[in-house]
Amino acid sequence: MALTNDIVKTKLIEKFGDQLSNFEEPYGMLNFEASKEMNLKVLQFLFDEPGLQFQFLADLCAVHYPDNAGRELAVVYHLHSLRENFRIRFKVFTSIQQPDIFTATRLFSSANWMERETYDFFGVNFLGHPNLKRILNVDEMDYFPMRKEFPLEEQSRIDKDDEMFGRGGSIK
Amino acid sequence: MARPVQYNVKNEGGKIVTVGQGPEGYSGEGFFTTKLSDVVGLARKNSIWPLPFATSCCGIEFMATMGSHYDLARFGAERVGFSPRQCDLLMVMGTIAKKMGPVLRQVYLQMAEPRWVLAMGACASSGGIFDTYSVLQGIDQVIPVDVYIPGCPPRPEAVLDGFMKIQELVGSESVRRRSSPQYKALLDSYGIQ
Repeated sequence: MALTNDIVKTKLIEKFGDQLSNFEEPYGMLNFEASKEMNLKVLQFLFDEPGLQFQFLADLCAVHYPDNAGRELAVVYHLHSLRENFRIRFKVFTSIQQPDIFTATRLFSSANWMERETYDFFGVNFLGHPNLKRILNVDEMDYFPMRKEFPLEEQSRIDKDDEMFGRGGSIK
Repeated sequence: MARPVQYNVKNEGGKIVTVGQGPEGYSGEGFFTTKLSDVVGLARKNSIWPLPFATSCCGIEFMATMGSHYDLARFGAERVGFSPRQCDLLMVMGTIAKKMGPVLRQVYLQMAEPRWVLAMGACASSGGIFDTYSVLQGIDQVIPVDVYIPGCPPRPEAVLDGFMKIQELVGSESVRRRSSPQYKALLDSYGIQ
């Protein structure tokens, strides 16, 4: 029998009960959320459970919601079951003051670089990661550029006159 | 059947052949005197070895410039080198990410004096449309640049024009320029010894 969202959801609720929340199915893909302390337990269960076997971490990334007080950063795991050819999305939220999340590198080797990237751009501190340093940006960078408080445009430029871009102001 | 060779060596059509202007000097029967810097400049500017540092679409445009239609070889730049130690002209063509800045700088440092730098296109000159945290906002932040070519990407004609500007610089450069205090100050401003 092919795997469906309902089967996955039922199995998760059997195991974790109300520790999981926010079950959604945008565009037919099952989404759910757990507390950040639970992330490894949930991933391990999804990895091991016969009939699920989500053993491929397709993607790992973060999202910054600056207005979401106390849970500004979402870490999103895209999991794929190669056995069942099935995908789900799993999220944990953390505050931006203490963005500590347990690393998934023990479970998925592919998490190594993806967690480094997520650290690089969002500053999520993956506890237990073997080599948590910047991967794409220059090592000297002293901020996390994908956080919303940092403008996209390069701030070191002094030759750009905002007036030319239809937003008032003049060269500093 | 004779092939229509327009500019053949025998000049059968009787076309006017012009010869480039030589440097100023005194000539007499069997001798010609002129400044050493002019002769050196003449030799250098007509045998520039470019080092293409092509990272994106400007590099494609440069390939067209090297091709038979536009033919950069006409300007004495037939030999495109890929070793910085042998080349005279660093042609930076394309977006340079901040992470590539030190690499570009090292390539520049490995080149022997005299060396020239040409920034081709908006990205190499100013960062172009990539006004963002990851892109170097013009290579003149890490190395001194002699000629900037505008365009996104510039047409091969513009590349040739920029290359001829480099030739002007090379041809008119004083033999003492590279040991002048101004040049030292320029390199010092980039932290280059």
